[in-house]
Amino acid sequence: MSRRPFQLDPRLLVSGRVLSALDWRHGAALLVMFAASLTFASAQSAAAPPATPSALATLATWTPHILRGFVLNLVMSFLAMALATVLGIGLGLMQISPSRLLRLPARFFTLLLRNSPWLVILFAIMYFLPIEIRIPGGKPIEFPDWLKATLAFSLPVAGNVSEILRGAVNSIPTGQWESADGLAFTRAQTLRWIILPQCIRRAIPPWMNWYALLTLSTPMASIFSVHEAVWNAQSSMEAAGARPELLLPFYLFLLCLFFIYIYPIAICTRKLERKYAVAT
Amino acid sequence: MLLPPEPSVTEHRSWPDESPIVSLKDVHKSFGSFEVLRGVSMDVRKGEIVCIIGPSGSGKSTLIRCINGLTPIHQGSITVEGQEVNDAKLDKLSLRRKVGIVFQQYNLFPHKTVLENVMMAPLKVLREPKAEVEARARALIAKVRLTGKEDAYPGQLSGGQQQRVAIARSLAMRPDVMLFDEVTAALDPETVKEVLVTIKELATEGMTCILVTHEMGFAREVADHVYFTDRGVIVEHGSPAQIFGAAQDPRTRQFLSQIL
Repeated sequence: MSRRPFQLDPRLLVSGRVLSALDWRHGAALLVMFAASLTFASAQSAAAPPATPSALATLATWTPHILRGFVLNLVMSFLAMALATVLGIGLGLMQISPSRLLRLPARFFTLLLRNSPWLVILFAIMYFLPIEIRIPGGKPIEFPDWLKATLAFSLPVAGNVSEILRGAVNSIPTGQWESADGLAFTRAQTLRWIILPQCIRRAIPPWMNWYALLTLSTPMASIFSVHEAVWNAQSSMEAAGARPELLLPFYLFLLCLFFIYIYPIAICTRKLERKYAVAT
Repeated sequence: MLLPPEPSVTEHRSWPDESPIVSLKDVHKSFGSFEVLRGVSMDVRKGEIVCIIGPSGSGKSTLIRCINGLTPIHQGSITVEGQEVNDAKLDKLSLRRKVGIVFQQYNLFPHKTVLENVMMAPLKVLREPKAEVEARARALIAKVRLTGKEDAYPGQLSGGQQQRVAIARSLAMRPDVMLFDEVTAALDPETVKEVLVTIKELATEGMTCILVTHEMGFAREVADHVYFTDRGVIVEHGSPAQIFGAAQDPRTRQFLSQIL
């Protein structure tokens, strides 16, 4: 019954439920690898000219810089998720509309956003959006790169939130609609008071899964020199003399950082999934 | 000291006793190429208890759903208190205040308590004052003998209890006509009776009730009029004594001999 910890299950990737595969053993393995790489790198540094600081000392010096970058990852993830949720709910509500004029375009955009590679969306947004927008008479509104990247990450997630909403609404038995109809509720009232409240608990676990995926994607912004954790780690290594033995400990340190942030979310999601599976 | 009689929680609006409160004329309904109703006519007077019986797939449930417009019809006319149901510009709110419906699967709102289930439609749809709605809801819950269960969730109740909440929820809109669509078909035998008792009480208070049912004992005892349907038409109708005692049509006799 217990899943093998290091096996990649393609079904989990398709459904976006990566979190349910995350295991404490992954973290333990990461930590062991990180410690080993650090010991190895320090041994190499010891063989170098005497003025070279050890890998551990270098990492310690640059950790605040990397953590400052990580804060930007978190800020981007919050903003992108908020935007994705608002956009996704809007698209999702249009997808379940009885009007074809709303439903079909919403379906098209949902599928487009869900199925486009994130990197393609990122490049498109980075190059198509202007650096600033000038409203006649007003001050120019600037679009820094990190904000553009945030928008780019929110789009594919918005498509998936839209699909989560559609799926949740469709999973509510038709009897709920019928009895509301029989009690003179309008369609909007039925959605507002009866259907959507029942959808929330079904939608929260997948929503959290997408948040985790989104957070894990924010380092892609380093391609555009956004000063987030990965970019800062790279610049730290360069500032420390671009020593090749630093590569492994620095990148494993980044992995540990993301694991420490994601793992509690994974546990929480799994608990909620189990709780709602029992309740319904 | 004599207190003035308390107004009944299921007080009716006035509708003249003579003309039918619900009237169906030559109702046709198809699902795709399958004709479920092939010309059904029926008159129900105020305060009457009407039972519709017949084999599965004979269109009983479709018939009852047509009366409050849940299922649109293709041809014919249905009027409830003079309001035409088969009308493109149907005022659904006005119709559904007059006609309540209870389903086989209860369909309670699982995220709301019993009290909230009963209060919801008057509060959100009719926008009546909360205190008034709550008093009425509590009285209705007492009426269906579920006092003490106000704060329970539907998932914590038995099927029979849930069905009685569904009846109270429907009554909260103060309908003049109640439709019951095989309301005991999904219940355990021991809880069927408590639901039938509730319906019988409603009937004795003068509520107009139209039931689709397989409970022949109940139909015989409570109904004023019994309709036997088969393959989308009304084969025969009359008093329970006529239908159960001296059915004229061979199809009716065959159905009753199988079921009784």
